[in-house]
Amino acid sequence: MSYPTVDPVLRVVGLRTYFYTFAGIVKAVDGVSLQVNQGEMVGLVGESGSGKTVTAQSIMRIIPSPGKIVDGRIEFEGKDLLQMGESEMQKIRGKDIAYIPQDPTTTLDPVYSVGDQLAEVIMKHQKLSKRDALAKASRLLEAVEIPDPGVRINQYPHELSGGTKQRVAIARALSCEPSVILADEPTTALDVTIQAQILDLLKDLKQRLEVAIILITHDMGIVAETCDRVTVMYAGQICETGTVEQVFEEPKHPYTEALLKSVPSLALRRERLSVIPGNVPNLVEPPTGCRFHPRCSYSQQICIDKDPMLEPIGDGRSVHCHRWKDINLESPVSS
Amino acid sequence: MLEVKDLTKHFIVYEKGIILKRRLGEVHAVDHVSFEVRRNETLGLVGESGCGKTTIAKCILYLEPPTSGDILFEGKNITKIFRSGDRAQVLALRRQMQYVFQNPYASLDPRMTVADIIMEPFEVHKHIPRSQWLDRMYELLGNVGLEDYHAERYPHEFSGGQRQRICIARALAVNPRFIAADEPVASLDVSVRAQILNLLQDLQKKLGITYLYISHDLSTVRHICDRVAVMYLGKLVEVAETDELFENPLHPYTVALMSAIPVPDPKHKTSRIVLPGEVPSPINPPTGCRFHPRCSRAIDICSKVEPELVEVRPGHWLACYNPWPSKSAPAGQN
Repeated sequence: MSYPTVDPVLRVVGLRTYFYTFAGIVKAVDGVSLQVNQGEMVGLVGESGSGKTVTAQSIMRIIPSPGKIVDGRIEFEGKDLLQMGESEMQKIRGKDIAYIPQDPTTTLDPVYSVGDQLAEVIMKHQKLSKRDALAKASRLLEAVEIPDPGVRINQYPHELSGGTKQRVAIARALSCEPSVILADEPTTALDVTIQAQILDLLKDLKQRLEVAIILITHDMGIVAETCDRVTVMYAGQICETGTVEQVFEEPKHPYTEALLKSVPSLALRRERLSVIPGNVPNLVEPPTGCRFHPRCSYSQQICIDKDPMLEPIGDGRSVHCHRWKDINLESPVSS
Repeated sequence: MLEVKDLTKHFIVYEKGIILKRRLGEVHAVDHVSFEVRRNETLGLVGESGCGKTTIAKCILYLEPPTSGDILFEGKNITKIFRSGDRAQVLALRRQMQYVFQNPYASLDPRMTVADIIMEPFEVHKHIPRSQWLDRMYELLGNVGLEDYHAERYPHEFSGGQRQRICIARALAVNPRFIAADEPVASLDVSVRAQILNLLQDLQKKLGITYLYISHDLSTVRHICDRVAVMYLGKLVEVAETDELFENPLHPYTVALMSAIPVPDPKHKTSRIVLPGEVPSPINPPTGCRFHPRCSRAIDICSKVEPELVEVRPGHWLACYNPWPSKSAPAGQN
């Protein structure tokens, strides 16, 4: 991957995170590389169990036990986050790199008011008094378009709706002016009309604050509407990466094609949905070679024998497939 | 085939505590809803969480007794039959009407094998002789695309998509003519979702089943349904044939709901209508049209008098005083 113009804010290279369970080693993330530039929104798409969340947790270094990061580099401002001590990491976590979790109901502390939760983060990373921190918290609530911030700041999470809670979580992520935000399925728990509000807010923040956002989602529609670039994951590995236009109009990996075709469309009604046969593989014993080969309609002997490389193919795109040159994929978008 | 007439379901909310519970109010989950489901069709019931979709389905099958209103199945008033508690008649109805639940992880008993799960309806209904149970069970497994060797396994050994197949097989065990499918694919991965939707369509063609398909996801509704009913806060706001509704939505809520759905096409330019605010509490629903506080087209009368569901075009029913003009709504999807 070459990006001559700008240096990425965050670059992940060859990340491997394994979970050492009784059943065996689960290779949840196995050789993932991605990067995000300033003021850019990168979509990380994949089905459940593809390793999206573990990738984000690895970047934050909050992998739950028995998980371990076994290999790779995470470069941020010229430093490798994986080489840092925990105390150094604590200065970055929440300040320079912020995390918006999937379910706002479980990540806000029910016994603290909204203001206290925001002030806690602000006071930890910035030298502000409690009063100033609360004033800042109130401005943050306004920035994420919560009506009546003066009232909301004294309320407890159970008094807020799902959409408002997610706005509070976004405000908390923004509180220390981070350069990177990892948003892990921020709208999955919300209704579509509320989802539209939150996505608009994220897009607006990206433009106003020039923050780099990695948006984790399973919804191809959200990626197409909000992201600049997209990275598709399957079973702990990257399938392909490129700009949204490139990947949606000319997918190069069979999994991307299958994923695009299996989504029912609002615009045109097809007689039957095309289907990806089988299920997501078990990552204790992933398939040999390319992990997608048992479900891939283009697979050949080489795909069973050998794991392909994540290969740069020009225009900033990379593909993780032996046969991308030989196969002619079509997209429901371009037709 | 199925007619819902003036169905209302209120849940009473009590104060916390054991003695001296005061009545705090009523949740108007479903309020005077009428519609019909035609033979061999799939009717989609769409709306956001809390709008009463599931409550309607549960009232139809009397899993929740309705507060008032009648439900006619093949011309018979089935609410009366359910209420009478006549076991033979109730079982006969249950053989015709079945339910597929939203969450296949919670609706299968973890201590029963798949064979036991699918054969339990035989034991309850005794509609086929015991000698045929095994054959019928294997036939059902085959119908939903599972293999014979799956029969001895337990639910935890299956993925979400396979579990939903087991749930469908269990519903089919009594040869029903009507199935209420409550968000059957919401908890599944995208690649597996398509498999289950195709399965539902195949079964409909093969067995002539009528579906009430409940979903918040308009794109799967467009794919599978013949007609669609849109709900907001316990009320039907618009009912029409699928193509008519998607090409010509009239109610401001339908239009906003459609425009809120992200389209997987980067070239697509949305003229998205972002609804302000949130769904109000169904304990004290707004007066007049329940959507008026969030509606961009609200006029004076909307906050005062509740609009009736009327037929505005052939087969297109609408409850709105100031709908989008035909064919010009910025649905964004066309």
